[in-house]
Amino acid sequence: MNMLRFMVRRVLSGLVVIWVVTTATFFLFFKAVPEQAVARLLAGKAASPQVLHTVARNLGLTQPILVQYWHFLGRLVHGNLGKSYYLQEPVTTVIKQFLPVTVSLVIGGVLLWLIVGLAVGIISATRARSLFDRISTAGVLAGVSAPTFVVGQLLLLLVFLPLSKTAFHWISQTPASIGNGFGKWSGYFVLGWVTLAIVQAAVYTRLSRGSLLDTLGEDYIRTARAKGLSERRVLYRHALRSALTPVVSQLGVDLGALLGGVLVVEQVFGFQGLGFETVQSIFRGDTPVVLGTVILATFFVVLCNLIVDMLYGVLDPRVRII
Amino acid sequence: MTGALSDETAQAWPTDASMADDVLVRVENLVKYFPVRGNGLVRRTVANVQAVDGVSLTIPSGKTVGLVGETGCGKSTLARCIAGLIPVTSGKVYFEGKDITNLKRRVMQPFRREIQMIFQDPYGSLNPRRRVGAIIGDPFAVHKTATGAERKRAVQDLMARVGLNPEHYNRFPAEFSGGQRQRIGVARALALRPKLIICDEPVSALDVSIQAQVLNLLADLQADFGLSYLFIAHDLEVVRHVSDSVMVMYLGRVAESGPGSQVYTKPRHPYTNALLSAAPAADPDAAASRRRIILTGDVPSPIHPPSGCRFHPRCPKAQELCSEQEPQLETKPGDPPAHLTACHFPVEAGENLADAVMRSAL
Amino acid sequence: MSVTEIQFQTQGMESAPAQVIEGRSQWQLTWRRLRHDRMAVASMVVILCVCAAALMAPLVATWTGHPVLTPFPGKGTNAFGNPVGPGTHGFLLGTDNLGRDLLVRILYGARISLFVGLLTTAIAAVAGTSIGLVSGYFGGFVDTLLARFVDAVLSFPVVITALALAAVLGPSLQIVIGVIAFFSWAGIARIVRGQTLSLKEKEYIEAARSIGANPWRIMFVDILPNLLGPILVLSTLYIPTAVAFEATLSFLGIGVPLPTASWGNILAIANDYYQVAWWYVVFPAAALLATTLAFNLLGDGIRDAMDPRTERIFASSKAKRQRRRRTVRQKVAVPAEGS
Repeated sequence: MNMLRFMVRRVLSGLVVIWVVTTATFFLFFKAVPEQAVARLLAGKAASPQVLHTVARNLGLTQPILVQYWHFLGRLVHGNLGKSYYLQEPVTTVIKQFLPVTVSLVIGGVLLWLIVGLAVGIISATRARSLFDRISTAGVLAGVSAPTFVVGQLLLLLVFLPLSKTAFHWISQTPASIGNGFGKWSGYFVLGWVTLAIVQAAVYTRLSRGSLLDTLGEDYIRTARAKGLSERRVLYRHALRSALTPVVSQLGVDLGALLGGVLVVEQVFGFQGLGFETVQSIFRGDTPVVLGTVILATFFVVLCNLIVDMLYGVLDPRVRII
Repeated sequence: MTGALSDETAQAWPTDASMADDVLVRVENLVKYFPVRGNGLVRRTVANVQAVDGVSLTIPSGKTVGLVGETGCGKSTLARCIAGLIPVTSGKVYFEGKDITNLKRRVMQPFRREIQMIFQDPYGSLNPRRRVGAIIGDPFAVHKTATGAERKRAVQDLMARVGLNPEHYNRFPAEFSGGQRQRIGVARALALRPKLIICDEPVSALDVSIQAQVLNLLADLQADFGLSYLFIAHDLEVVRHVSDSVMVMYLGRVAESGPGSQVYTKPRHPYTNALLSAAPAADPDAAASRRRIILTGDVPSPIHPPSGCRFHPRCPKAQELCSEQEPQLETKPGDPPAHLTACHFPVEAGENLADAVMRSAL
Repeated sequence: MSVTEIQFQTQGMESAPAQVIEGRSQWQLTWRRLRHDRMAVASMVVILCVCAAALMAPLVATWTGHPVLTPFPGKGTNAFGNPVGPGTHGFLLGTDNLGRDLLVRILYGARISLFVGLLTTAIAAVAGTSIGLVSGYFGGFVDTLLARFVDAVLSFPVVITALALAAVLGPSLQIVIGVIAFFSWAGIARIVRGQTLSLKEKEYIEAARSIGANPWRIMFVDILPNLLGPILVLSTLYIPTAVAFEATLSFLGIGVPLPTASWGNILAIANDYYQVAWWYVVFPAAALLATTLAFNLLGDGIRDAMDPRTERIFASSKAKRQRRRRTVRQKVAVPAEGS
């Protein structure tokens, strides 16, 4: 019963967040991008004022802003994200076109950073102050400091460039989707994954190492060891559960900030994904596409936070009492 | 809200006019409930923690009133209500005849110069990041009574007065021992020459030898400055040493109150008797020959207090009347008028409660 | 021993504390510990170098004879119109795509990065602390309102908003500073609020209220000094975030506009030239990495210096020796002193 009430509260607040962010973005763009500019973009520089006006009217831009907002909300509730000014296609189609690339990038990156981050963190914590720990701490410091795009560029320079001169052709720059086979697909995305993962993995290594070290110092772990449990059992059944809770919360926060990182990686490597398309749309003044992407991204963030909260409830039963 | 005072006792009470000079603080039927909120979306109040449930007391000028009770009986809450630190649910607090109940902060400000507090925890009651001179000088700064060199001199005077070295003006609390920190707290409370100092278990956290020093300091200050104390403690021997009159609280209500000599030699309430029997005696022979009164039953919760007399589930003398009707706080026959007890069947002279406990357990 | 001597001794023991040293504030103690931390000292040196570099940028420009905005198409680019490498024709670190001196541009970029990093962090720290403090102390309606606002700000897709603003208003330094500051203060506010909520319950706050202090005095005189430590650590760790953020925005084309040099916008163009001009990527990247790494190390060092319980992996041997000596001394001293 408590769980249900908890979920309802979170869903409601999530919807509020989506609404707030969407509205703010809507007004930001519509206030800022004058209809003339958009119309001119489509109709051409030399178009006469009458043509401009017609184009603007067709796009619905001549109505007062609150009316436009109302229409926008109406469409949104029906799942219609509007039509792209530039491409004259429904926004949903545009998004569907560019989504697969971003999804490939995100899945690989997130998995890589979680696996590497947690593994290195756990091993460092269990072998505290060993050589492995020292090296990983140094690596973490470096990884945490570097901005994502610098990592990407350095990877291109130091990994891709030398490799491209050899016979090793796995890492390539030819676009490939999962349909082209795992080899080609991973070869295309691998540098993007590593870029996305390096900075994040460092954060997670440090987080899981610190959290696990704190947990391993607790008295109940000492009791478990005194009972005679093997170190592995102590670790997996007792320590990890509570050590992982900060990692889970951090994951919620990071999934939210993911869009920014994805955008940068796509720009560095030239992946034609949603981030790339969003940048283009912003510069073109193609507001519906931008709005659609923002709504999608916010929805994704809210969903992730909800899942993270539930995971938290599984890991830490005390939370369920709230 | 039915008062715990019977009519006769209220008449015996001094009125404002007659005792205006002697009574510093008068508390009438103070009630403090803390709401317990439910888990729903709206979070309505589902119950109340009845921390203080109808307490009246007076603090005469220049005297010490001791307040004892076990943990959770509401004495600290009562103290904070009198000091104006937490709002009162109902009832009144009078200071020198003026009503200071639930005043707004600005209106209460002048009264804050007269009512000060000393806290229990010598480690938590001083800001670790501020120097001792600044801490003691705070009252001067807040009430704008002294600045600069004048303030420093006043602070150093205070430090000397409470037994600290004035040269330690610039040190941090971390560099002092527990007893010294309590002295700092005393100096801070004394700064504006208040009339009343509420001492919330000021020596409970100190070693016994240091306790004696701090208590002696408090007694000296009372003689020098004509202070009144409301002295809260759970250690009966400490309270006996310092108090002129004593009040025993149980679960938010007064069980017994009166002059110290009376309450300690002829306790009428079974709870007071049990408390006194549990106090450690210094003489091992006396301690061995004494019969302990051991109370049975669970400690009740202040959210759902027992009906009638709140002590009845644990009382060895409890009878049916006790669970039905709440006893009034009144003078029992044979006691001087100032000695009040709230009990239907008070302990008589010569009665041995330890035996009563044994009998009721059988 | 006479009675008076005994009295005097007891008096002395009661009033004189155990140590004879003067009252050291938290800051003095922290600085002492920081000085002994090798990594922290190294990072402070690096930061000072970066500051020096930024200050000396015009001098270097004059000394090399290559002003920051001036392209040298003749000797600065090779036959294909590509940048020339380090050491050619007096370009110590090579040139960029227009033939401008890369070293000079990197030095000027340091100015931008430091300026943005420090200014935005300062704004975020002041705003975040004030709002967090007010929100945490007053509680109730004010807190709910402010906390929701903080949450909303933190939920915003940061990069997209920055993109939008820049696309709409045209990229500029002011927008970069505004955007970074706007999204940074919320993080600090949230942490300050949390700390305030727990500090509010301390007894010395109650004591301050019993004296009659008004809420503002309590917040700034009693609570704030206890917050300064965490705020300092947080701010020092926010600076590299701000620097990286500015670089990222400039990289995407919406930060500091060309021709002003920023490490980010240098690297943006370098992205197209990495195959023929490795120095174009390596040197600005190195500068950026060194700066962010140094601030991160310093922040960690300050955090450890304030709370010396954690055993640091890279502690200098001197610190380790002191630690060992202290534990031994304690073990010997206890029986003699008694309590």
